Amino acid sequence: MSSVTTTHPVEQHAEYHPGGLLRWLTTTNHKDIGTMYMTFALIMFFVGGIMILAVRAELFQPGLQLMKPEFFNQLIGVHALVMIFAALMPAATGFANWMIPLMIGAPDMALPRLNNWGFWLLPPAAFLLTLPFSLALLGFGDGAIATGWTFYAPLSVQGGWGVDFAILAVHILGISSIMGSINIIVTIFNMRAPGMTMMKLPLFAWGWLITAFLLIATLPVLAGAVTMLLTDRHFGTHFFDAAGGGDPILFQHLFWFFGHPEVYILLLPVWGLMPHVLSTFSRKPVYGYKAQVYSFIAIGILSVVVWAHHFFTAGMPIPALIYFMFSTMAISLPLAVLFFCWIATMWKGAMSFETPMLFAVGFIVLFGIAGLTGLILADVAADAQYHHSYFVVAHFHYALFAGGIMGVMTGVYYWLPKWTGHMYNETLGKLHFWLTVISFNLTFIPQFFLGLAGMPRRIPDYALQFAEFNAISTIGAFILGLSQLLFAWNVWACVRGGKKAESRSWEGAEGLEWELPSPPPHHTWEIQPQIK
Amino acid sequence: MEQVHPAPHDNARLVRRLLLLVAAAFVFAFAMVPLYDVLCEATGFNGKTAGGIIRDGFAVGGLKAGTAPTPAVDLTRTVRVEFTGTVMPGLPWDMRPLTISLDLHPGEMQQVSYLVRNTSNREVTGQAVPSVTPGQAAQHFEKIECFCFSQQTLGPGEAREMPLAFIIKPEVDRNITHITLSYAFFSTDGQRETLTSAREVR
Repeated sequence: MSSVTTTHPVEQHAEYHPGGLLRWLTTTNHKDIGTMYMTFALIMFFVGGIMILAVRAELFQPGLQLMKPEFFNQLIGVHALVMIFAALMPAATGFANWMIPLMIGAPDMALPRLNNWGFWLLPPAAFLLTLPFSLALLGFGDGAIATGWTFYAPLSVQGGWGVDFAILAVHILGISSIMGSINIIVTIFNMRAPGMTMMKLPLFAWGWLITAFLLIATLPVLAGAVTMLLTDRHFGTHFFDAAGGGDPILFQHLFWFFGHPEVYILLLPVWGLMPHVLSTFSRKPVYGYKAQVYSFIAIGILSVVVWAHHFFTAGMPIPALIYFMFSTMAISLPLAVLFFCWIATMWKGAMSFETPMLFAVGFIVLFGIAGLTGLILADVAADAQYHHSYFVVAHFHYALFAGGIMGVMTGVYYWLPKWTGHMYNETLGKLHFWLTVISFNLTFIPQFFLGLAGMPRRIPDYALQFAEFNAISTIGAFILGLSQLLFAWNVWACVRGGKKAESRSWEGAEGLEWELPSPPPHHTWEIQPQIK
Repeated sequence: MEQVHPAPHDNARLVRRLLLLVAAAFVFAFAMVPLYDVLCEATGFNGKTAGGIIRDGFAVGGLKAGTAPTPAVDLTRTVRVEFTGTVMPGLPWDMRPLTISLDLHPGEMQQVSYLVRNTSNREVTGQAVPSVTPGQAAQHFEKIECFCFSQQTLGPGEAREMPLAFIIKPEVDRNITHITLSYAFFSTDGQRETLTSAREVR
């Protein structure tokens, strides 16, 4: 790292503070952009949540009560796209923006203007994705994408306008994510405080580094796949059209070459922040730092060679089935290392259970269930039974709600005092945790049973025998959805006021970010700290 | 302690390298298209039958005639071959195999035919795409003559017997006793138009 000392532009920048909306439109400050990412993610979390509550309401009873099957199909697909691309990914990027510069002692992200652009691409993309709903209400087109979030050809080749809107939205969201990833990699590689070697990098930054590389390696493949889809739809190509010499199964390969790493893209930032929280509330150093770093890298590499386990039933030669089965199961080894490190960090610690710690422990238990049910689905023989059933739905919600969303909430409660300078309401936080964890299980445990009994996913109607479990699941989903309002309220109240937070907001917290005041000033680490 | 601003030069170089990685990944997606065909050819993935190597524009697994027939007939075993077919939406045709199933020795040539009828009152062109199950047998299923080698045009209301001559190569795995050959007949003219009308019908 070179040391050009030109203070002038920085001072000028520090004094330039446009007010109101213009501040947020033009900001290149990593904290402002982080806040915008988190706010956007929270809003879209509720948008995606309302969609799936409508779906659960339809599934409360057998038969069709509330909506036509076409609309049902649109809701499930857009729910998934919104939750993955517009809620979880922006939330993770928001964390990265806020915390990585603070944690590695950098004055800002490396590419601040790119950062601003990366964020402002998101709202138009989310608008494009959901616009066909409104257009259909006005009588234009036949609604949003109705293929499920996977865009499988040939259904997506034949679908209505909604598919085109979704393709363009995915392109924009992808560009935004790639820009964010490039920014994070450059920041981590070039802007660490002097003396901070890669093996002293906070684990959160390590998790994000692997995520960023995975995004760069796989998102362009998704972009390529949906581009082929677009040209198949409108420009007479036959990539996925068997009549013209193409192959619809090729789409599944391309999609899941992105889609499987995407799971780890969503989870690695959470795995990265978990050890910080566990170590803080156990008042013990992180156990197995190196083991966790190597596990992140191992999982990153393995994640791009296992994709075909998502379509075992599409028809594959036996050797391919066996390869994908064993490579998938191999991922559980580095993952088990992570689990053991998390548990060992808590082992014999002086533990206390503030809300972030409750969420972290809840995360470990529930994400463990996701991992174990994943092993069942990875088994080729068993998967033939469970493929495309509610068992799969329950499995990936344990991974992406209990693993992803609850992981994000762990981080929000943990760093909220740092961001806002206020302590959140602890009682409300604990209530939010218990309501979430109970209603989450109430929603998804019945779905495991439904899947085992053979209820297929993505169907608006079902046989009478599934009625009780579906009713329980719907009740759970509504409690789960409503209890998230507590979260939104708690965050809002914390932004507005509350008990003053200290620099080191938690007794056992370690790391550069806790050496700054809460809330940190607009510009931090302009003089980089020296790491010994 | 020193005030550090990372040199923009450093950042620009890293950004360029990362953008190169993005471009490579995008190109990789398109490289998968031919690679995938080659892989299917070699392994019988997806029931693509033998004889179609990508040499010219419209050549794909199973749509071209097989190479010289293998002479030796394996009289020690028989394989049952079943025939089926589907007409895809947008093509106003009927099709059915005139032979439902057939027992044969690997290596012997057999001929069967499908009856295909145009149910509309206009001339329509279609293309049949074959698929063999199980996939492991696909690379040993060799078609000598097939209506799927070219596009077929039927006049208004016309019905035609479409022939198929084939050999199951003796190299086929001994464990395979049943093979299913399935055709999907696609419309080749006015793709978009027919799809739109199919939606309107719904």
